[in-house]
Amino acid sequence: MTSPPALEAARLTLAYESRQVAHDLDVSIPDGAVTVILGPNACGKSTLLRALARLLRPRTGQVLLHGQDVQRLAPKELARRLGLLPQSSVAPAGITVADLVGRGRFPHQRMLQQWSHEDEEAVARALAATGVAELADRTVEELSGGQRQRVWIALILAQETPVLLLDEPTTYLDISHQLEVLELCRRLNRDQGRTVVLVLHDLNQAARYADHLVVLHDGAVAATGAPETVLTEQLLHDVFRLKARVVTDPVFGTPLVIPIAARNTAAA
Amino acid sequence: MTPARLLPEGRQVWRVGRTSLVISPRLVTITVVLLVVGAALGVAAMAIGTLRLSFAEVVAAVVDTSGNAQHDRVVRGLRLPRVITALSAGAALGISGAIFQSVSRNALGSPDVIGFTTGAATGAIVQIIVFQAEALQVSLGAVAGGLLTAIVVYMLSRRGGVTGGYRLILIGIGVSAVLGAVNGLLLVTGDLNQVYTASLWLSGSLDARTWTHALPVAVGVLVLVPLVLPLARRASLIEMGDDIAQQLGVRVERTRVLLMLAAVALAGLATGAAGPIAFVALAAPQLVVRLTGWRRMPVVSAAAMGGCLLILADTVTRLLPITAAVPIGRITGIVGGLYLIWMLTRAKQV
Ligand SMILES: Nc1ncnc2c1ncn2[C@@H]1O[C@H](COP(=O)(O)OP(=O)(O)O)[C@@H](O)[C@H]1O
Ligand SMILES: [Mg+2]
Repeated sequence: MTSPPALEAARLTLAYESRQVAHDLDVSIPDGAVTVILGPNACGKSTLLRALARLLRPRTGQVLLHGQDVQRLAPKELARRLGLLPQSSVAPAGITVADLVGRGRFPHQRMLQQWSHEDEEAVARALAATGVAELADRTVEELSGGQRQRVWIALILAQETPVLLLDEPTTYLDISHQLEVLELCRRLNRDQGRTVVLVLHDLNQAARYADHLVVLHDGAVAATGAPETVLTEQLLHDVFRLKARVVTDPVFGTPLVIPIAARNTAAA
Repeated sequence: MTPARLLPEGRQVWRVGRTSLVISPRLVTITVVLLVVGAALGVAAMAIGTLRLSFAEVVAAVVDTSGNAQHDRVVRGLRLPRVITALSAGAALGISGAIFQSVSRNALGSPDVIGFTTGAATGAIVQIIVFQAEALQVSLGAVAGGLLTAIVVYMLSRRGGVTGGYRLILIGIGVSAVLGAVNGLLLVTGDLNQVYTASLWLSGSLDARTWTHALPVAVGVLVLVPLVLPLARRASLIEMGDDIAQQLGVRVERTRVLLMLAAVALAGLATGAAGPIAFVALAAPQLVVRLTGWRRMPVVSAAAMGGCLLILADTVTRLLPITAAVPIGRITGIVGGLYLIWMLTRAKQV
């Protein structure tokens, strides 16, 4: 990596009220790459994304977006440069798909510029990219879980930010829709040069789609780097409490994790 | 006007150069109709009474061209303040309900359900019973009581710098229950005269309203509508969740505090002017959403609907063939209770 990182977090202390989630955390997200964040439940993945997107103010440390302190950016300016799909959001009762996705244009709009031609085009592109264009007039309530998830992704895409953070975008999706979302993320990266950060749970999907991995464990970075160097049997043992073999995927050549047993199942 | 393909049905974009506004012709039409109906009901309300007047006579007296001193005195001195109080208090309650329903993400989040009206009543009763105060001080007491209750509910429901939806409603209901008991206690401590005044006030009334009642709430509505209106879009984004709204560039907690301050002020002013009025804040925003299909926080339309509901309730109450004066707060309370039950039985989730 020669270009400076898209996001750089230095010495972060992250906490909710009394509960400290991370201390002295350093994370670097390479520019123009797909980064996947891995880690067991409750290790602080969502908390880290929220801090990167300035939804959570760090107790100490700072987050730089392309070299600029995110705390210094105006809210809408930040929202034009970085988009975050949170793990869960609420679709207001009766709202249609197009209406929801259109709300992703808010940071580009002003009081007297509520719906420009660019807004219209961005929403059309986002609907097409996520394959929900034909659902545009349906209400979000009547969609399946998978369709709904793609609609939320479309909202973030309509925001048209160079940096995208997606918190568990494949949860609730069946396997083919999971792959569709991952392929979409890869296209956004390869074709449009966007920086994509994903939180995933599937180790093999992470290995296949990530240029860069960040493995979190108890609020600290356990390992970071290319999937081939990061995903070792020792790491799976230490971080995921997993006895596993790592072989080379015969199709893609990426690491393939074969879980054998949960470590200490009897003791835990 | 060009119908935009990707806007929800019934919405249009109005463009001039770089300026573009999204409007719903249906929302505009219904709002205008409600405003006209409200004005017509106001004129009708001024026509009925011991001295019956024609529409023309009412209008002439209001715009000061009647040349009839008695008409002028009755209309401008007695009936107009009452009508202005009803329309403004209804409008204030409509907006206040719309804001609280949006902030709490729940159709039950209206100031009368989450305790502000009860708190305002406590403020008023304290003024009447403890300080034997006059009408204006009673109104001020109501505003202060509502505000204080709001601050308490807000502080209790705030966690980690964020005010949650359900928490706000549940804590509001709890605070409301406590204040209701305090109100009952205050009523048994006062002497008979004050207790009578207090319970009359507690019933909510538009009888004998003067400009002292009408002006504060009317001015409050006129000042706060332009402040609330630009926040409506942000409020609708916050309904999707704090995180998604904030990542879209909304200053979530600041917007919410501003909206709640406006809502509390409006509910307090309305209660100060007319006593505790149930139902209007709860129903007005819901009714306009159903009528217009507009999925954003309604402001002007909710105000117009609130005004219509309250003036209608008042006029109907006056026309009831009952000799005793029926307090309007009791009537809206009964209608509101039934509406609430109906809504709860229909709700998919509460
Ligand atoms: N709003 C919150 N208030 C208090 N604690 C929280 C909150 N959100 C998350 N936590 C706690 O912070 C820790 C990390 O949570 P999170 O970042 O959501 O984990 P992950 O996304 O890796 O599953 C967990 O122990 C969780 O219980
Ligand atoms: Mg998470």
